[in-house]
Amino acid sequence: MSALKEQEYTKSVDLGLWKNLFQYIKPYKKKVIALIIVMIGSGGIDVIFPLMTKYAIDNFIVTGILKGLWGFAATYGGLVVLQAINVYFLVKIASEIELDLSYDIRKAGFKRLQELSFSYYDKTPVGWLMSRMTSDVERLGATIAWSLVDLTWGATAMVGGLAAMLYMNWRLALITLVVVPILAVISVYFQKKILHSYRIVRRTNSKITGAFNEGIMGAMTTKTLVREEESLKEFKTLTNEMYSSSVKAAIFSSIYLPIVITLGSVGTALALWFGGKAVLAQTIGFGTLSAFITYATQFFQPISDLARIIAEFQNAQASAERVMAMINTEPDIKDTPEVIEKYGTEFEPKRENWEEIKGDISFKNVCFYYKEGEEVLEDFNLEVKRGESIALVGETGSGKSTIVNLLCRFYEPVKGQILIDGVDYRERSQLWLQSNIGYVLQTPHLFSGTVKENIRYGRLDATDEEIIEAAKMVNAHDFIMRMEHGYDTEVGEGGNRLSTGEKQLISFARAIIADPKILVLDEATSSIDTETEQIIQDAIGKLLKGRTSFIIAHRLSTIRSADRILVIKDGRMVEQGSHRELMKQRGYYYRLYTNQFREEQEISAINA
Amino acid sequence: MKSKDTWGYLWQVMKGNRMRYLGSIISMVISAVLSLLPPLVIAITVDSIIGDKPITASPAVVSIIEKLGGKSVLAQNLWICGLALVILNMLHSYFQYARGKLSAQASEAIAKNIRDDLFYHLQYWPYDEHVKTETGDLVQRCTSDVETVRRFLSMQLVEVGRALVLLTASLILMFSLNVKLTWVSMTAVPFIFLFAAIFFSKIREAFREADEAEGRLTTVLQENLTGIRVVRAFGRQAYEVEKFDEKNREYTNLWYRLSWILALYWSTSDLLVMAQMGAVLVVGVYWAAIGELSLGTLLAFMSYEGMLLWPVRQLGRILTDMGRTQVSLSRIKEIIDKPLEDMNEDGLTPPMDRDIEFKNVYFEYEKGRPVLKDVSFKVKAGQTVAILGGTGSGKSSLVHLLQGLYDYQKGSITIGGVELRDINKKWLRRHVGIVLQEPFLFSKTIKENIALARKDATEEEIYKAAEIAALHDVIQEFEDGYDTVVGERGVTLSGGQKQRVAIARTIILNSSILIFDDSLSAVDTETDNAIRAALNEVSKDVTTFIISHRITTIAQADLILVMEDGRIVQSGTHEELLAQEGMYKRIWSIQSALEEEMEKSLA
Repeated sequence: MSALKEQEYTKSVDLGLWKNLFQYIKPYKKKVIALIIVMIGSGGIDVIFPLMTKYAIDNFIVTGILKGLWGFAATYGGLVVLQAINVYFLVKIASEIELDLSYDIRKAGFKRLQELSFSYYDKTPVGWLMSRMTSDVERLGATIAWSLVDLTWGATAMVGGLAAMLYMNWRLALITLVVVPILAVISVYFQKKILHSYRIVRRTNSKITGAFNEGIMGAMTTKTLVREEESLKEFKTLTNEMYSSSVKAAIFSSIYLPIVITLGSVGTALALWFGGKAVLAQTIGFGTLSAFITYATQFFQPISDLARIIAEFQNAQASAERVMAMINTEPDIKDTPEVIEKYGTEFEPKRENWEEIKGDISFKNVCFYYKEGEEVLEDFNLEVKRGESIALVGETGSGKSTIVNLLCRFYEPVKGQILIDGVDYRERSQLWLQSNIGYVLQTPHLFSGTVKENIRYGRLDATDEEIIEAAKMVNAHDFIMRMEHGYDTEVGEGGNRLSTGEKQLISFARAIIADPKILVLDEATSSIDTETEQIIQDAIGKLLKGRTSFIIAHRLSTIRSADRILVIKDGRMVEQGSHRELMKQRGYYYRLYTNQFREEQEISAINA
Repeated sequence: MKSKDTWGYLWQVMKGNRMRYLGSIISMVISAVLSLLPPLVIAITVDSIIGDKPITASPAVVSIIEKLGGKSVLAQNLWICGLALVILNMLHSYFQYARGKLSAQASEAIAKNIRDDLFYHLQYWPYDEHVKTETGDLVQRCTSDVETVRRFLSMQLVEVGRALVLLTASLILMFSLNVKLTWVSMTAVPFIFLFAAIFFSKIREAFREADEAEGRLTTVLQENLTGIRVVRAFGRQAYEVEKFDEKNREYTNLWYRLSWILALYWSTSDLLVMAQMGAVLVVGVYWAAIGELSLGTLLAFMSYEGMLLWPVRQLGRILTDMGRTQVSLSRIKEIIDKPLEDMNEDGLTPPMDRDIEFKNVYFEYEKGRPVLKDVSFKVKAGQTVAILGGTGSGKSSLVHLLQGLYDYQKGSITIGGVELRDINKKWLRRHVGIVLQEPFLFSKTIKENIALARKDATEEEIYKAAEIAALHDVIQEFEDGYDTVVGERGVTLSGGQKQRVAIARTIILNSSILIFDDSLSAVDTETDNAIRAALNEVSKDVTTFIISHRITTIAQADLILVMEDGRIVQSGTHEELLAQEGMYKRIWSIQSALEEEMEKSLA
């Protein structure tokens, strides 16, 4: 977990990271250039407007001659239209860049997530990945696109304003701009502070969300333990924390702007003072004075913008680091170049070169650990002939799931070999193996969509008839037809509109339509009502028929019907044989049996 | 009517912070008014002090200028004008700061009140309300809806005030400076306002569509990550990438469209604003050139024009946001409006270590569908009662009644002769400990979880409770021992371990009545036996109810109740029940049959 500690932001600029990001910007070079051109145009026009005012004052008002006013109005109008067009393209192009970048990074991230090994998923919570793929990607896209806008605009406005002032009267310009360096330093300082304090607010906010979540999910516990007042008190400490941190953050940001305005007005005051003197001394005209005052009042805007960008970039860098770290993670399990050459990748398989699978499996001296020094499996040997069904029995954590995970090549042996049809499975592609293995999970996972779509997940080119046939085989057809829309019923997110038993039957149908040679079944432990139980047991029987199968078994009837029972304890196979043989041994299996399996019998008797 | 209700609720929760809001609005008005002055200073300075126009400002301003030494002194000391400019800006800034601070304090305090209020109500909701409602939806209301309201309170409420004040003030000032030019300045205002209002109400649909597309994208991602095993097991990586890409594209395209609309909005409203400014400039220049207007007035007008136009542009947007806030408020209010559980605070507090009697008790969750029918039995203080029954037989409901989680409709339940209904609920629950079937642990340390309802528990008591729950040794194996954090951010406990923590936190209460609602079945038989043996030792006088399907556990009880379809069909001791035909005997004989069968397979 420690590796996943949220690293909020780093202080220094990481050039390698931005270079890495740059490759995502590259395809949109044209758009970026267009955006910069539009920005410069827009910033330029912003600079021209005060000059227009100056021109009008000097040429029309001061002289009182109105000749050319119409031309002036037309020019002004033209500039306005031009500026509106600029704004249109600016918003459009910047949004497009933002969206394109987010789209591409999301796509790359998702693809990488499909390649990463289970060892990665084991140590990375789904919530963490979700926020990388959603909020971090969005922030990254938005920052890159819009800070480009602000950066160009701020720079153009500043350079343009500076140039105009220096051109009109460099002495007055320098006097007016005396406050700018102070303004810049203060801005950078405050923007950092503001961002930092809002980060604390966000963190507290997510604590409050967590507290609400627990408060609601644990409401019954709270009630039965009469702990309402205590939890409310705890909650109030959180909301108090939230109050003080938010107020602090708000005060920071409401101090900042007034300071900028005040300092900015010093610039204006200097322009008025020295500019006024110059007018009285007749070294400059009224128009120049008014233009100076306008520039001075406008100058603080780009400075505070630039300060904000600097702070935001630091934030975005943290997002970028997290997203890029994810995308750049190499999967632990990879096919060798030779294998890819022959069998293709996950995304572009060369199915024409795939061998037909027969289903003989052998584990040869397999060792495995998740963490070095903590062996889960030691020198494990096993020969399974095609069509044989194997029940794996043992306590939680004994290594049953590891055997299955290794078989599916979700993990690879640290030492030793696993052979499928006599060939080390590393000599063929992961997709080849996984396409030939059916895996039915203890807690069935369905995707949102219809029942039909979920069954078709097993074989994408299955016809409707084949789907119905598969459902019939696993006794799912009847309950599906009882639903309002039959096979077109939406199952809801994660299948939550169906009962566990129903989800299980659909996942069986999904497995059976794939028609795998090898089947792995992780049996559910939770008891369902007797009727469903019998339907499921019957379905399991059909599912296993004619396939090499591994069952992580909990039910006595399943265990008994297996060809061979393997009893696993502490990563070793301690006993194997049929139910009768194992009972006779009066060993570990016998104890497991007397302690656990008997209960199951009792439960079904009570509910009968 | 409904809208009045929700805003009424807002007014109500604003209590205690209304003065802050008033202060914030006043500060804002002052700051807005002050923000109008610097342009005046510039105008007068340029026109009358540097230029030679007569001063046309109010007598107050004239007298200030006179006091400062008059026009000529000021012209030689222009820094005074500059200083005045800075001071006015400082004042303006200060009030702006005060406005921000006060409105932040007020809105955050109100948000805190709403959050506390929500949490309070959720804690005291009746038990069955929680059973009915979805957690996700509740959390959403408590977080994002509160956030919507908070944002409205902190920014937009005062913003509406600001926009209105700025609008009125700049209009008044402009009218006082030049009536004709003011009319010119206002031509575009209604258009900008209408354009913004119409636009934002129209675009709401597009935003909703994009939100929904985002929801679909997140669902695909979420389902893929949680179901990654299924994806791999079927070798569906390429298919998933395609599926994700489709949603990714769909979402991006919707936002593409949305951003074009937004681009159109910003550019059009910019066009209107800039054209209006241009019109004022051109007309102003014309009038100034023919001498109808002073240069300073024109400059002041240009400043006021900016102040007039930007708030108008914002106003249309704020109005549409108010609609969203109202929806959020009504969603929050739905939680608050649900009646709370009656804790019977004035109820009796009798001694609880007494005999318990159920007499003809009927109970139903829904009208007409009783789950307990005519239940009667007596328990002596200190006895152990075991309840055996299938799913839906009513065994859990029976023990839930004892904790006062539900109220029975007919019959009577007495503890030491006192009717359960008359007992103070807090008192009742403190003395009746129940370990639920599916316990919930909080993401705190194991120690805190055990001492959850007894903050004053000593370390010894905690260890003792853990020992009885057969948990002590397990905890010792954890790296951080009793300080191990449980749940999402810490160690995941197995079902049996969780159950044992729940048992420990109930045991530590030393209740007079102890209920195990099928809570020992998640631990294995041996641990079950060990826990009960340890319990027997320390709590001989505790009346214990055990729901279990383990016949050996049940056989040891003083009283066995066999339930079927809401009724007690058999009751008595193990021996008595074995002498009768019925479920108990049947199950007991299955057990014997199993022994026999085992013998056979061993033979």
